[in-house]
Amino acid sequence: MRRIINRRPGRGGILFWGALPFLAVAMGYAAASALRLADNPNDKLLPPLSAMIAAVQRVAFTPDARTGDYLMWVDTAASLHRLGLGLGVATALALVIGIGMGLVPYVRAGLSPFVAILSMVPPMAVLPVLFIVFGLDELSKVVLVVVGVTPFLIRDLAMRTAEMPREQLIKAQTLGASTWQIVLRVVLPQMLPRLVDALRLSLGPAWLFLISAEAIAATEGLGYRIFLVRRYMAMDVILPYVAWITLLAFVSDYLLRLFNARCFPWLRAGKGSS
Amino acid sequence: MSNVSVRGLWMEYPNQVVLERVDLEIPSGEFCALVGPSGCGKTTFLRLLLGEERPTRGGIFLDDQPLVAEPGPDRGVVFQRYSVFPHLTALENVILGREFEGSRFLGRLFGARRRAALAEAAAVLEAVGLGAHTHKYPAEMSGGMQQRLAIAQALIRKPKLLLLDEPFGALDAGTKVQMYELLLRLWAEERMTVFMVTHDLKEGFTLGTRVLAFDKVRVDPTDPGAYGATITYNLPLTEKKAVRERLVAAD
Ligand SMILES: Nc1ncnc2c1ncn2[C@@H]1O[C@H](COP(=O)(O)OP(=O)(O)O)[C@@H](O)[C@H]1O
Ligand SMILES: [Mg+2]
Repeated sequence: MRRIINRRPGRGGILFWGALPFLAVAMGYAAASALRLADNPNDKLLPPLSAMIAAVQRVAFTPDARTGDYLMWVDTAASLHRLGLGLGVATALALVIGIGMGLVPYVRAGLSPFVAILSMVPPMAVLPVLFIVFGLDELSKVVLVVVGVTPFLIRDLAMRTAEMPREQLIKAQTLGASTWQIVLRVVLPQMLPRLVDALRLSLGPAWLFLISAEAIAATEGLGYRIFLVRRYMAMDVILPYVAWITLLAFVSDYLLRLFNARCFPWLRAGKGSS
Repeated sequence: MSNVSVRGLWMEYPNQVVLERVDLEIPSGEFCALVGPSGCGKTTFLRLLLGEERPTRGGIFLDDQPLVAEPGPDRGVVFQRYSVFPHLTALENVILGREFEGSRFLGRLFGARRRAALAEAAAVLEAVGLGAHTHKYPAEMSGGMQQRLAIAQALIRKPKLLLLDEPFGALDAGTKVQMYELLLRLWAEERMTVFMVTHDLKEGFTLGTRVLAFDKVRVDPTDPGAYGATITYNLPLTEKKAVRERLVAAD
């Protein structure tokens, strides 16, 4: 017997082992649901797949009786719009401030204590402040996402920038580069993929902040809907919504990863084909 | 012209004197090999020449002008590692110097000027033996290839001084010999002044027209940081220099 650390699954094996936990959860759910339904046919806690499909049919493919909208798509568009705006602003801020802090000693001296403190402010604790200052509509939700993820992005990027080998910056100067040229040709191209990675890591927190804000005050949005139907214990809507949010987050993460692989071929240069 | 004079130079870090009483006159076009025990301040001396650090006392003069106190295009450098940009191909690494020179806001050349820079860079890469690898990223190159690339990149701005910090320390013996030939040829062609740190005495004597040995002359056993190193030997290898000059003149 070879040691287990030296034994690798083949292609089919990887698929099988990867699918196993999903199958286990699905089967566990189906069994538990069937048991409860056998007890009480009106059980709401663990609706069967058929009920969930019917619910999705209702919210996604039938116009709402009152407004004539397709609720799930309206919710999706509203949430993605807020999230995209918030993450876009956060990324832009992080790019400017993070690279500034990492590269320019005066900017670092001026901002790093401030950013370090700011990043410790719990964003949810300032949500009431945001509602008071920015009102109950769109702006405050976008601002919560910005407040929630920007400090992390800034600190990560500042650290990565400061970590760049000193030799590279010296080298660029001996080639006659100005500070601006160093930013544009040396720092930015190497930091963009790092920023994209940091962004991938903040997708989770960003959704958390968005859904919390929507749960408290909104008129549409994926988070709003989940908390609205909670009153009727409509698990048949909540569960598909959760799956849908997860899928959206997963796809954005995948797209960002693809973006890095496509736009920065040097990242993988010399690393073989793995 | 690019003669270097160092006058009464001291370099101290907060609790340590690294260099003391360094005086040096190097005529233009010399190849100086800097040797000495590890930790005696060779890299520090190079960083002073580069303008990355400022001396605590004394000064460095390039053609009788005080040295500009930050790195600039008159001084090229090759480090032991991290000398080339990982996100640029060999060709892009080499034209970068031209792009910085020719495009202040974008740092990028376009059209005919880019084609001219690319042609020049391709010729330089050919000269250092990387003609077949112009589109590789540094991570796809061996250590020796990366150092060739670093030298090619440093030469494109035609620096007066070329500073090398143990550039061949990580290379195998065969590659080293190739690199010696390359470096000597480029040095003869460009007529720049070279300072090269090496921990290999033999390498120093093979390449240099002058060997500068750094060491401490005073040692306080209770406080190792009390005294710094200075240049204990300044050996001009005049014969070798004369032979080289005749060779260059004959070309
Ligand atoms: N930035 C620094 N701050 C404090 N001490 C330093 C610094 N850089 C180098 N030194 C010290 O200066 C001495 C000389 O270092 P270095 O010039 O790198 O030696 P060498 O290149 O000859 O091996 C060492 O003792 C090192 O610890
Ligand atoms: Mg050294």
